[in-house]
Amino acid sequence: MSFGKMSVSMSRLVASAVAALGLMTAAPALAEGGAAHPRSGGFSFDGPFGVYDQGQLQRGYKVYHEVCAACHSMNLMHYRNLGDRHGPFWNPKYPNPNDNPVVKALAKEIQVPDIDSETGEPIQRDATPADKFRAPYPNATAAAAGNGGAAPPDLSVMAKARHGGADYIYSLLSGYRTPPAGLQIRPGQHYNPYMQGDLTPFWTGDPDHVPEGGFIAMPPPLQNGQVTYDDGSPQTVDQYAKDVAAFIAWTSEPKMVERKQAGFGVIIFLLIFAGLTYASYRRIWKGVAH
Amino acid sequence: MAETGVIPEGEGDPNRRDFIHIAAGAAAVGAGAMIAWPLINQMNPAADTLALASIEFDLTKVQEGQQVVIKWQGKPVFVRYRTPAELQKVITEGAVGSPPQTDAERTKSGHEKYLVVVGSCTHLGCVPTFGAGDYGGWFCPCHGSHYDASGRIRKGPAPLNLVVPDYEYTSDTRVKIG
Amino acid sequence: MSEHESTYVPKTGVEKWLDTRLPIIRFGADYMSLPTPRNLNYWWTFGGILALCLMTQIVTGIVLAMHYTPNVDLAFASVERIMRDVNGGWLIRYVHANGASMFFIAVYLHMLRGLYYGSYKTPREMIWIIGCVIFFLMIATAFLGYVLPWGQMSFWGAEVITNLIGAVPLVGEPILIWLRGGPAIDNATLNRFFSLHYLLPFAILGCVVLHLWALHSAGQNNPVGILIPKDRAKKDTLPFHPYFTVKDGFAIILFLILFAVFVFYQPNALGHADNYIPANPLQTPAHIVPEWYMLPFYAILRAVPDKFGGVVAMFSAIGVLFVLPWLDTSKVRSMRYRPTMRTFFFIFLVVGVGLGWCGGQLPDAPVIPGMASFVLFDGEVNSYLWLTRLFTLYYFVFFLVILPFVGLKETPLPIPATISEPVLTGGDAVPAAAPASPEKKG
Repeated sequence: MSFGKMSVSMSRLVASAVAALGLMTAAPALAEGGAAHPRSGGFSFDGPFGVYDQGQLQRGYKVYHEVCAACHSMNLMHYRNLGDRHGPFWNPKYPNPNDNPVVKALAKEIQVPDIDSETGEPIQRDATPADKFRAPYPNATAAAAGNGGAAPPDLSVMAKARHGGADYIYSLLSGYRTPPAGLQIRPGQHYNPYMQGDLTPFWTGDPDHVPEGGFIAMPPPLQNGQVTYDDGSPQTVDQYAKDVAAFIAWTSEPKMVERKQAGFGVIIFLLIFAGLTYASYRRIWKGVAH
Repeated sequence: MAETGVIPEGEGDPNRRDFIHIAAGAAAVGAGAMIAWPLINQMNPAADTLALASIEFDLTKVQEGQQVVIKWQGKPVFVRYRTPAELQKVITEGAVGSPPQTDAERTKSGHEKYLVVVGSCTHLGCVPTFGAGDYGGWFCPCHGSHYDASGRIRKGPAPLNLVVPDYEYTSDTRVKIG
Repeated sequence: MSEHESTYVPKTGVEKWLDTRLPIIRFGADYMSLPTPRNLNYWWTFGGILALCLMTQIVTGIVLAMHYTPNVDLAFASVERIMRDVNGGWLIRYVHANGASMFFIAVYLHMLRGLYYGSYKTPREMIWIIGCVIFFLMIATAFLGYVLPWGQMSFWGAEVITNLIGAVPLVGEPILIWLRGGPAIDNATLNRFFSLHYLLPFAILGCVVLHLWALHSAGQNNPVGILIPKDRAKKDTLPFHPYFTVKDGFAIILFLILFAVFVFYQPNALGHADNYIPANPLQTPAHIVPEWYMLPFYAILRAVPDKFGGVVAMFSAIGVLFVLPWLDTSKVRSMRYRPTMRTFFFIFLVVGVGLGWCGGQLPDAPVIPGMASFVLFDGEVNSYLWLTRLFTLYYFVFFLVILPFVGLKETPLPIPATISEPVLTGGDAVPAAAPASPEKKG
């Protein structure tokens, strides 16, 4: 059986299998509602060799801390994570992020709830790098009650929990616009073209041209000039949205850079390994009819 | 199948032929090692475990002649307020225990009356009993090790003195352990 | 291995001592020198690839179980802790999660290989049936495992799939409550699913041993599909090692490259974003889909308008595979010599992929947007509902009608008398149409 002869039926099957796989991975994406396709944030971590931009992560943390954290928790994050390798305040001088003075200082500014180890009473104390990010609400019920019944979701893995990832977060945050005339907005809701949803029941205009997008309970969170940057980056909604989206991408996938770097090495190794094994295979089968 | 000859029928320079098989085999071994390492390394302490917080303790909670046991990194820590008599005794004994240590080496200067030690017997890890044993310190109920009031091993199977953890005084009455 | 005479000769004293007490070296040596049809093509490498997949899943699974917490309040966070804090945990978890998909890619290709080359026909029925058991256990294991991260898809997948059992008349409801350990999917369910998810792979491993035992008893099939007569053994076979170890090894490495691309560069592409939202029993995601490898069967489930009927159809779609050796009436194994059947096979392939595609779509959505349509019974003709029904119909017709009838009516192409002939002469020149059954295994 020669390579060429078998390749006829084999290539047909492989093509079908690859096509099937491709179709199926695309399936959930196609099944989405009528939301606008997210705009690209042009992130430094896009692509197989992309890495996080540390300055952007620092700005993103600032936006999260000063704006988002008022309502959104990040329960999977600890202050020490800010000093992790490839994180916003990574410093090679402090391989153990718990020793990182910037991280220590950031944590110290924040009061976290605790139980007094002697009296058992609930207290507030300075956070340490080992503490979780302080949650704005003590529990989900309180979060919902404080926000008109819709609890603000935890943002720790938000970039993995939405199709489009960081691009989606960036588009959503910077994509609020005046609702098209003819759209009936429910109280406590806001129109956003990037939000999932079906606006047909609320549309009084041309039924063939229902606006894309959906309703979101979160009012536009960012305003120009709201957060002060000290590195000269533009203090605009667009930049804030981009930076905080990058920060959330990092919190969602803190090991992404390690992953891509390891993958590069592994694939190079496998290609060499495949070459050697193929040479070995050809030698063993040399002169053997099959 | 009578013949089990596994020698390839290929012709050519045997050295080069062997080299390719050896290289492919070596790559397979390398792959095995690359796979084995993450599987082994995952059992090492994780980042959150390593980041366990240090704890602070208010020494005014300990009565003279008593000890308070606190939990630090999953282990008991004894904080003992020694009586003048106990203190006198452990200081005059000089360097004893294993390794031989004076009491001053095991306390912070200016705070000699307080002893802070990890409460795990250095033999097999049981928690020694306070105020028991032949030397007025601790007695380990598991295998009979006797420690003095400085936490030094004086008698029994334990090989070492009770461990003094890293700690510092943040004020006259507060210690930070870890 | 009954026909294969052992040629192992213990050399050292230790080997001789061991050989009379536990002939394990002999077993391994015989295995390595097993006469293997020399014409096996790359479609025969998926057995080795699947063995690798199973070992990968078991090893990474054992490791993940060291860090995972099967509790509704902690499961999600414990999985993310693996991704963040455990040394190399992200790698191990992504290998395990993508490994399930890789396992199914390989098993589907392995099954299609068997179908195309008639590997299930006499005397290999038991190999096929054990293989079907393995496939069924794989589906069960994958489903149980998908529940463990306790994301939205985990929870609602478990909800929907366990509810299938509730469709069984009379006993369904009590069994459902027994299975879940309560009126709803909750902590009891998660704990037992974790336990069973740990158990079933070892049941699979046991079945794999039986699968290989049966394989070495009946001998391997080959692309020509004829049995090798005893006097041809020397000409038509090669020892397994080094000829097929190196070939399988090469194929495994190619497969690992595909695996690595997913693990390192698209680790979440085969999953669903909603599973990174912690399970919420009060809110269903907008669009529930199972993992891609379940989609064809999920599509068949939805094709039937009756709840219990759908469950029956879905299990029948797997069940029909068990009786496949008796549905195919043809004496010729390889479809290489069955041009008519081959055409139906490729249609089946398209239908299988199509069912998977339909399983990921909303049933009411139009297949061709904007095309005029009309309502037939309970749905628009131009909808995935009806396309799924068409495909489901073919799926069952293929096994229950086409395979039995084509085998009786078709005229196969001439089959070579030995597998060496097409290899050595480069053509299928010999006109003797040799049926499969009268031959003796070689």
